[in-house]
Amino acid sequence: MRKLLFLIGILVIAFPVFAQDATPEMTTMPESAPWTCPEGYEGQTLSIFNWSTYIAEDSISNFEAACGVTVIYDVYESNEAMLARLRGGNPGYDLVVPTGNTVAIMIAGGLLEPLDFANIPNFANVTDALKDPSYDPGNVYTVPYQWGTIGVGYNITKVGEPITSWDQVFNYDGPVAWLDDLRGMMGIALNILGYDPNTEDPAEIEAAKQFLIDNGKNVVAIAGDDGQAMLERGDVDITIEYSGDILQVINSCECDNFDYALPDEGAVVWVDNLAIPTDAPNKALAEVFIDYILDPHVGADISNYTAYASPNKTAIAEGLIDEAYLSSPIIYPSEAAMQNLFAILDEPEAEQIYNDAWDEIKISLGK
Amino acid sequence: MAFSLDLSQSSSHSSRERTQGRLLALPAVLWLFLFFLMPLAIVFVVSFMSRGQGNAITFPLTLEHYQKIFGPIYFPVFLDSIKIALVTTIICLAAGYPLAFFISTRRTKAMQQFALFLVILPFWTNFLVRTYAWRVLLGTEGTINITLMNLHLIDAPLQLLNTDFAVLIGLVYGFLPFMILPIYSSVERFDFRLVEAAHDLGSNDWRAFWRVVFPLTLPGVGAGCILVFIPAIGAFITPDLLGGTQGLMIGNLIQGQFRGTGNWPLGSAASVVMMGLVMIGLLVYTRLGRRG
Amino acid sequence: MAENTAANRAQYQTIAIDHGKLRRDMLTRNLGKVGLILEPILGYFFLWAPILVLVIFSFNDSRSVAQWHGFTFQWYQNIFNDVVGAEARFTTGNMLIALGNSLFVAGIATVISTTIGTMVALSLARGNFIGKRIVDSVLFLPVVIPEITQAVSLLLFFSILFNFVQSTTGIRVSPGFGTIIIGHVAFNISYVAIVVRSRLADMNPRYEEAARDLGANEWRTFWRITFPLILPGVISGALLAFTLSLDDFVITFFNSGPGTTTLPVFVYGLLKLTVTPEINAISTLILLASTLLIGISIALQGRNAVS
Repeated sequence: MRKLLFLIGILVIAFPVFAQDATPEMTTMPESAPWTCPEGYEGQTLSIFNWSTYIAEDSISNFEAACGVTVIYDVYESNEAMLARLRGGNPGYDLVVPTGNTVAIMIAGGLLEPLDFANIPNFANVTDALKDPSYDPGNVYTVPYQWGTIGVGYNITKVGEPITSWDQVFNYDGPVAWLDDLRGMMGIALNILGYDPNTEDPAEIEAAKQFLIDNGKNVVAIAGDDGQAMLERGDVDITIEYSGDILQVINSCECDNFDYALPDEGAVVWVDNLAIPTDAPNKALAEVFIDYILDPHVGADISNYTAYASPNKTAIAEGLIDEAYLSSPIIYPSEAAMQNLFAILDEPEAEQIYNDAWDEIKISLGK
Repeated sequence: MAFSLDLSQSSSHSSRERTQGRLLALPAVLWLFLFFLMPLAIVFVVSFMSRGQGNAITFPLTLEHYQKIFGPIYFPVFLDSIKIALVTTIICLAAGYPLAFFISTRRTKAMQQFALFLVILPFWTNFLVRTYAWRVLLGTEGTINITLMNLHLIDAPLQLLNTDFAVLIGLVYGFLPFMILPIYSSVERFDFRLVEAAHDLGSNDWRAFWRVVFPLTLPGVGAGCILVFIPAIGAFITPDLLGGTQGLMIGNLIQGQFRGTGNWPLGSAASVVMMGLVMIGLLVYTRLGRRG
Repeated sequence: MAENTAANRAQYQTIAIDHGKLRRDMLTRNLGKVGLILEPILGYFFLWAPILVLVIFSFNDSRSVAQWHGFTFQWYQNIFNDVVGAEARFTTGNMLIALGNSLFVAGIATVISTTIGTMVALSLARGNFIGKRIVDSVLFLPVVIPEITQAVSLLLFFSILFNFVQSTTGIRVSPGFGTIIIGHVAFNISYVAIVVRSRLADMNPRYEEAARDLGANEWRTFWRITFPLILPGVISGALLAFTLSLDDFVITFFNSGPGTTTLPVFVYGLLKLTVTPEINAISTLILLASTLLIGISIALQGRNAVS
């Protein structure tokens, strides 16, 4: 049942989004008016908890100016870190940005507040395929923020050849970094071994764990969202990382050294979402902020800066997204590539098995 | 140890004095009880609880976390931590003693203070900043590698960062002043006429050092060793920033649970075992101190 | 004195000088002399190399932190122009806010811990009550228990406490400056107590006895005799507490709330970023500030020192 669900989910994501790509002569819509802030929020404070390098330079300051508010902006480096902070009791954040399967975990754990869509009219701008996801049916708690893939960022000058297989990553004779995303890494291993990346079978999870331990000889670090920094510094030649992070490095480096690949065996596709945790001090303002993010101009700014894929159909239709990005297979994988990608789903019964396996992997790599 | 200094020399221990003493100590005792001892007790209790659905802390009480810790996967990390702490202590001793000796044998007090100041000053910068500096030095395209390659001493960069070696360097760097200061105060109090006496009795410098100087500066050496070893066991920032997958220590395990995978009872159990190790180290030190 | 007879002279002639041993001993001495100069040089180099690298490369006319390309103030200018790192949240403004937070936390924590710490030091040095040994041992613990244990124990404690408060009274309490300060005071009390106690140990109790003999009550004795005499110790303790608070990362990291980023936490975030020489520049500035602070405190101590 689960397998069917994720297959459908992938197909649903894969096709409609790229229907637009398939017709390049489509005329762009006229640009919509800039976003304005509803009255009555002056002097208030909004506390945001987001991933690192995951918003445009002036998005926050523009919001502060438009609404006359102060924004407190903290970052985390993995879903697990964010969950750990919230589970001890919400320290006061109004907004968090969990990935799909983490949303499911949080909903099940009563950690999220339902959204009041009266405050979020811009929800109409969300790409239809990304609405009503399996992890949050009906979009009760979340709206999509960005989406992307987990693949291989590497220094092509040092590696010497393009990467097309996970084999090259695991057998590379040089320093490599993995991503500190336990379900992502386990999913990659399960997929290589031919199993369902979202399996609940302890034996299969055990096999994936052993696979990673056996093939982790060249791993020098398990990086939580800063693998691209290690790649850029030259501390690693290959890193498993999120698509946009690597593209940011490719863009900022005035060189041809770096590239990003989605190996043939399969890679992870994910959707990050905006959500409001329970006990948020200022829920209404958080909803206004969500509406702000869903504005096509703001959304385009963010996607153009962070180099991730936008879930905002209006932004794409109005031609606000960078042309080069729209046609980049790294950010918007082709239909064929999408067939090869799988999403990570929440598996509550197996959560502890996965956690324990990942702990073991981290310890065993240090031997 | 300085803590057991008994200064109640005055003869009149009136009940007023006793009450005053108790009152003065009260805020500290209350604060430490509430915000230090109680939390530690909670850690102890939580270490026996189970991890429930959604990483909640629930009953039933269980020993499974301790079983895991003393099991084949986690226990080597504890042993490794002790090993790393020991090696750090030894290197600090070997490097710190000559330095302390040098400082204390400068001719004027002012020069001694200046030499000491030069040791302490790097220590007064932000700890994270100093650790970052080592990342710059040790990186694959960092200062050391670039310099060695420019001097044509190596062809390919060495893997210095994200290794056990990097963690050791970071720890030694962070704890060296803790070794130097107590040894300095011991050597400073040492009467060098004893060395002359040893020479008169026919021993050379080497024997004089090992048979006279070192034994009499042992209190300083001991204090330095314990001041390095104990915090080194609990190190976590250094292995986190400099070690990558290598040099994993108990502190990283604990951090991984409380800020990552979320198995708080397991993290608590690891903390309890770490405290146990620290206590054992202290016990050994005080026993040895009493014999010497 | 033995007689200068031939027999006696013969005795002395049998004492041969072991030239081999003498040479070896002189070699040992010379090696020792060389080593005693060489090792400290290497030692100081080791201690200062990272600092020097940081400072030197903060003036490097290139983004590289390994190769020298020329001198520039660019990175310092960037900082003053509000550009600190590649990411939006790392503006100079935010860094100054983090610094302000650090000073705020350190200030309050210092005042509280110095007061409490001095009080307990006095009680241990002057009073003699049951349980003194226990207080002694309890004070000793924060110095030896590893910081990370203290940090996670506080995290657990506050988490459980706040959940309990919320479930019984419905009032929502969150981690924030309060929890950080509480944690800082908890470890600072011991350090202040150690410093003040050592000062009290040096102090001659006869002054107080004399004052009491002359008719002063406890309060006057304290404020006019004891306190001025221990003041250098109290100030040293306060400075130590302030520095420890400013530099603290572990306890703050685990017990902070939104918007309570202190300078070490800010730097930690910066470290995770792509390498930018602005980090070197900031580090140099931090180093300068620390040196100034220490220099001032030493100068103050030099003047206040009771010989």
